[in-house]
Amino acid sequence: MDTDAPHSMGTTIIGVTYNGGVVLGADSRTSTGVYVANRASDKITQLTDNVYVCRSGSAADSQIVSDYVRYFLHQHTIQLGQPATVKVAANLVRLLAYNNKNLLQTGLIVGGWDKYEGGKIYGIPLGGTIIEQPFAIGGSGSSYLYGFFDQAWKEGMTKDEAEQLVVKAVSLAIARDGASGGVVRTVIINSEGVTRNFYPGDKLPLWHEELEPQFSLLDIPSSPGPEPMNI
Amino acid sequence: MNMVDSAQPFKTLLGPESDSQRTQYPYVTGTSVVGVKYKDGILMASDMGASYGSTLRYKSVERMKPIGKHSLLGASGEISDFQEILHYLDELILYDNMWDDGNSLGPKEVHSYLTRVMYNRRNKFNPFWNSLVLGGVKNGQKYLGTVSMIGVHFEDSHVATGFGNHLARPILREEWNENMSYEDGVKLLEKCMRVLLYRDRSAVNKIQIAKITEEGVTISRPYALKTFWEFNAFKNPTVGAEGSW
Repeated sequence: MDTDAPHSMGTTIIGVTYNGGVVLGADSRTSTGVYVANRASDKITQLTDNVYVCRSGSAADSQIVSDYVRYFLHQHTIQLGQPATVKVAANLVRLLAYNNKNLLQTGLIVGGWDKYEGGKIYGIPLGGTIIEQPFAIGGSGSSYLYGFFDQAWKEGMTKDEAEQLVVKAVSLAIARDGASGGVVRTVIINSEGVTRNFYPGDKLPLWHEELEPQFSLLDIPSSPGPEPMNI
Repeated sequence: MNMVDSAQPFKTLLGPESDSQRTQYPYVTGTSVVGVKYKDGILMASDMGASYGSTLRYKSVERMKPIGKHSLLGASGEISDFQEILHYLDELILYDNMWDDGNSLGPKEVHSYLTRVMYNRRNKFNPFWNSLVLGGVKNGQKYLGTVSMIGVHFEDSHVATGFGNHLARPILREEWNENMSYEDGVKLLEKCMRVLLYRDRSAVNKIQIAKITEEGVTISRPYALKTFWEFNAFKNPTVGAEGSW
């Protein structure tokens, strides 16, 4: 096991707008090569009171970018005298991503709520393109979700519909992407504030070929087990 | 304590590093742009796709944008570089407006500016990974030009980027003429875009057609093209040659 391999978040990250705000979601696996370095990471990071970012790719790169953007936004908020807008936050992330494109390997989804534009999601993939979207998916697990979202996404969802969609999607990606796993975390941002939710493995739906977990083999009711050995 | 030092992180982080050797590779890319001159000005078409390698990742990206009053810029290649070029052009147009002298940059000047930018970046081994189509009308003069990522630039009556050069331009060479009406031009561009949709795997069926005339720029709403698949040879491709495809 190579402890010196760069820590990478295989990851599944999602950001979805709904009627009134945004829901951000992510898995919680951070891997170092094939070892899971952290099985309960928090990939949804705060930039300001009203703007959060979902991080994917290199853990180090995404952490340092969000740290710098948080620092810049803090100053910007003081100078502006009111909360920063989601667009400004996203553009600061874009500047770092674009101007350091040769060095960074991180894809980010910036989401939040401000009084001017309401809930907004901005995707910032490798290279530093900025693209405003009604929903965004990222990370290695997102490959398995393009078809799902093409079919399941609709405009004007409620907060609960949006959150259920995100949880279902991350859970589907975890089922097929080895680099995603652990728990599903969601962050809901709207005019009322921010709500963090936590969905451990046993609260998630089961998919194809997955079995209901049980404490032990001995819990299987009444099926004739193997004969005990006679000494 | 020197107060200026606190500005250093801003400069080195928000600005480029000083590498001695650098060239990049593109990540999120747009495909062909096609442009033609017609009776009243320029018509330009592109789809709204941006690919991430082989994945058709984004399907609502506007790859043609108005520049000032007289020009229209279409781009293929790396979208982040196109966004950066648009920032540069915003500044160019702003300074032009600030002169407040009644004069404004025309398409020829914008094309020339873009050529210098692209060529200079190429010389520093740090190109903008784009092929650009710049069209416009000023004082009745129609202009249509192109600049590549290495600074190759020229004007013509019809131009295209990427696959468009191979698939669209031969069609245009046969069917283009100086005095096409708007309707003729749109039909011709749609013909080109349909061929690109059939034969370019990065193409996406959501296109826009932009028109620029002396009056100004109009970019159409996004729309999809009808395609034809009902050839007998398509329905029964292996008749008489079982096992072929």
